[in-house]
Amino acid sequence: MNSMKVINKKNILILIVIIVFYAVAQALINNGTINNFYEITLATICINIILAVSLNLVTGFTGQFSLGHAGFMSIGAYVGALINMEMNSTSGFLAGILAGAAAAAIVGILIGIPTLRLKGDYLAIATLGMAEIIRVVFLNMDDITNGAAGLNGIPRFTNWMWLFIFTALTIILINNFVHSSYGRACISIREDEIAAESMGVNTTMYKVMAFAIGAFFAGIAGALYSSYFYFIKPSIFGFMKSIDILVIVVFGGMGSITGSVIAAVVLAVLTTFLQSYSELRMIIYALLLIVIMIFRPQGLMGTKEITDLFKIVKKNEKNQ
Amino acid sequence: MKKKTFLSLIAVLTMTGLFVSCGTNKSNNEVANEVVNKVEGSGNSGTDNSGEIKIGINFELTGEVASYGQSNVDGIMMAFDEINAEGGIDGKKITAVQIDNKSDPAEATSVATRLMTQEKVVAELGPATSGNFMATIPVAMQNKVPAISASATADKGVTVDDKGNVNEYVFRLCFNDSFQGVTMANFALNNLEAKKAVIIKDNSSDYGKGLAENFKDTFEKSGGQVVSEEGYVSKDKDFNAVLTKIKGKDFDVIFIPGYYQEAGLIIKQARDLGIDAPVLGADGFDSPVLLELAGANALNDVYYSNHYSSLDQDPLVQEFIAGFKERYGADPNAFNALGYDLGKYIADAIERAGSQEPEAVKDALKSTKGFRGITGTFDMDENHNPVKSAVVIGLKNGVQATSVKVDPK
Repeated sequence: MNSMKVINKKNILILIVIIVFYAVAQALINNGTINNFYEITLATICINIILAVSLNLVTGFTGQFSLGHAGFMSIGAYVGALINMEMNSTSGFLAGILAGAAAAAIVGILIGIPTLRLKGDYLAIATLGMAEIIRVVFLNMDDITNGAAGLNGIPRFTNWMWLFIFTALTIILINNFVHSSYGRACISIREDEIAAESMGVNTTMYKVMAFAIGAFFAGIAGALYSSYFYFIKPSIFGFMKSIDILVIVVFGGMGSITGSVIAAVVLAVLTTFLQSYSELRMIIYALLLIVIMIFRPQGLMGTKEITDLFKIVKKNEKNQ
Repeated sequence: MKKKTFLSLIAVLTMTGLFVSCGTNKSNNEVANEVVNKVEGSGNSGTDNSGEIKIGINFELTGEVASYGQSNVDGIMMAFDEINAEGGIDGKKITAVQIDNKSDPAEATSVATRLMTQEKVVAELGPATSGNFMATIPVAMQNKVPAISASATADKGVTVDDKGNVNEYVFRLCFNDSFQGVTMANFALNNLEAKKAVIIKDNSSDYGKGLAENFKDTFEKSGGQVVSEEGYVSKDKDFNAVLTKIKGKDFDVIFIPGYYQEAGLIIKQARDLGIDAPVLGADGFDSPVLLELAGANALNDVYYSNHYSSLDQDPLVQEFIAGFKERYGADPNAFNALGYDLGKYIADAIERAGSQEPEAVKDALKSTKGFRGITGTFDMDENHNPVKSAVVIGLKNGVQATSVKVDPK
C-alpha cells in the first residue's frame, strides 16, 4: 500500500534525478558547451520524444496503426503559433500550448469515434486521410493561416526549460497511464481485441481515449515546434512527417517508452552528424533502418523498457 | 521491487544523458576539427587575416526541392572557382562551407545557426525557396550575419517583415512574384494585344495564387477582362475537365501561374483539345521537363517571364553559358544563372567592403549600385530588393525563339 502514496522514496528520488538531469544540461548550455547549434538538436530530440512517445501510446500500446500523427501536431502548431503571435508573451506561449493540445485532442476524439471502428490497414488509411484533410484545411484557410506560404515571424519562447518540462511530463504521464488499469485495458486490446471485448473491456472507448491522449501530446509538440523554429507551413506536416514519427516508434520498439526515447535521440544525433554529408545522409539513414529491421524486427527495445533489462540482470545474479 | 524500479529509472536517465553527450561530443570534435583545419589562427567573427574567406552555403541539396537548391549551388561554385582562379578577393581565397538542409525549414534554421555560430561565416547564401529562406531570417537577424537568397521570390515576409520593417541583414537577388504577374499582364496587353484572358492557377502554392492575383489586377485595370479563373492542385494529372469547360469560352490568352510539372501537362492537353491560344506563364516554366511533358509540337506560342534568357547576346551572358556548358555539360537554367550571380555578388560586396566583418559586408550589399550580372544589371532598393528587368521568353517548337526585356517601372 506504500506505493499508493504520492510522496514516497521512489518518487522523491525520481524527482531528484530529473532535476539533476535538467540542471546539468542547463549548466552546459550556460557555459557554452552546448551552444546554439547543439541546442537546436536538443530541441529536435525533445520534440521528437514527445511525438514518438505519444504515438507509441496509440500504435505501440493500444495497437492502433495510425499514420496521422503529423496532423495533430499541425493543429497544435497552428493554434499555438496564432495565439503566441497575438499575445507575444510567456503566458501567451503557455496558453497557446494548452489551447493547441486541447484542440488536437478534441479533433482526435471527433475523428477517433468513427475511424477507430476500423482495423489494421483500413485504420491506417483512414488516419492518413484525416491528416491530409487537416493539412488541406490549413492550406485553404488563407486569412488565418496565410495558406501555402505559412506563418513566419513566430516569437520564440520555447527554450530548454520548457522543452524539458514538457518532455518529462509527457514521459511520466504516459508511463503512468500505461501502467494504470486504463493502460492495461489498452494493452489487452493490442493483444487480442475480441478477447478483451469478451472480458468486458469497452474497446472503442479505450481506443478513442488513447487516440485523444496521443493527439493531446502531439499538439503540445507542435506548439513547441512552432515557437522554436519561427516558421510553419502546411507542407511541413505532410505524410512524410507522420512516417518520420512512426519510424522512431518502430525503430525504438512498439510498446516501449524508453525505446522511443532512445530512438529519438539516436536518429536526431545521426541526422545532425550527417548534415555535412548530403549525398550519404539518406543512404546511411535508410541502411540503418533496414539493418535494424532485419536483425531486430521488434525494434531496439521490443516491448521491453530499460527497467526490464535490470530486472533480468538481478534475476541472474540471484540464480547464481 | 521499488528499489529496482528506481534504480532502473536512474539508469534510463543517465543512459539518455550519455546518448546526448556522446552524440554532441562526437559532432563537437568533428566540427572542431573542421574549424581548425579551415581557419587556423583565425579570429572569431570572420575578421581573420588568414588567406581565406568563409561563405556559408545553406541549400536544399536533398528533399523535394533539391533541383532548385542544387542548381543554385552549381552556379555559386562556378562563380567561386572563377574568382579563386583569378587570385581570390584581395589575395584571399573563398572557402564555401556547404551544408544540406533537406528542403526542411527547421533544418534550414539549424544549418543557418551552425554556419553563423560555429563556422563563423562572413555571409550565408541560400536557401533557394522562400519558405526555407524565411526560416533562416530570425537567425541572421540575431547573429547579425547577412543572409542572401538568389531565388526567394515571395512577396511578403522576406526582406520586409510583416510590420513593414526592413530585415536589416536579409537580401535577395531576384524580383518578386507580383512583379512577374504584372509583367505578364502587360506583355499580354501590349505585345500580344490580348483583351480576354483565362487563368488556370496552382491553388496549392502561394506562388500560383500571388501571380494570378497580380496578373488579374493589372490586366483588368488596363482594360482587359479575365473571363474565367480555374484552379488545380499540384500533382494533378488530368486537366481535361477544366480545359473542356474553358474551350467554349471566348478568350485570347491562357495564363498558367504554376510549376512546370502541371503546366507541361496542361499545355499538352490543351493543344490536343484544339485550344491554340497563346499560353503565358512565369519562371516556374523554366525547366527541361516542360518540353518532356508537353512535347515540342505543343510548345508553340508559349511565353513566360524569367530571370535571364540564353538568347541574350551580351558577351557576359554568352561567356557564362559557354563556361557552364564546359563545366557541367548542360545548358544553364535560370537558377544556375541566379546562383552564379549570387556568388559574384557576395564576392563583389566583400571586395567593396574591404573587410570580412559581417557588418561591413552588409553595408556593402545595401549600397550596391549598377551590379552587372547574368540576370541583369541592378541596384539594391531601400527594401533590399534588386531593381531589375525581367525577360519574357517565347517558345517555338519547344525551343527558346524570342526574348523581350521588360523593365521595372
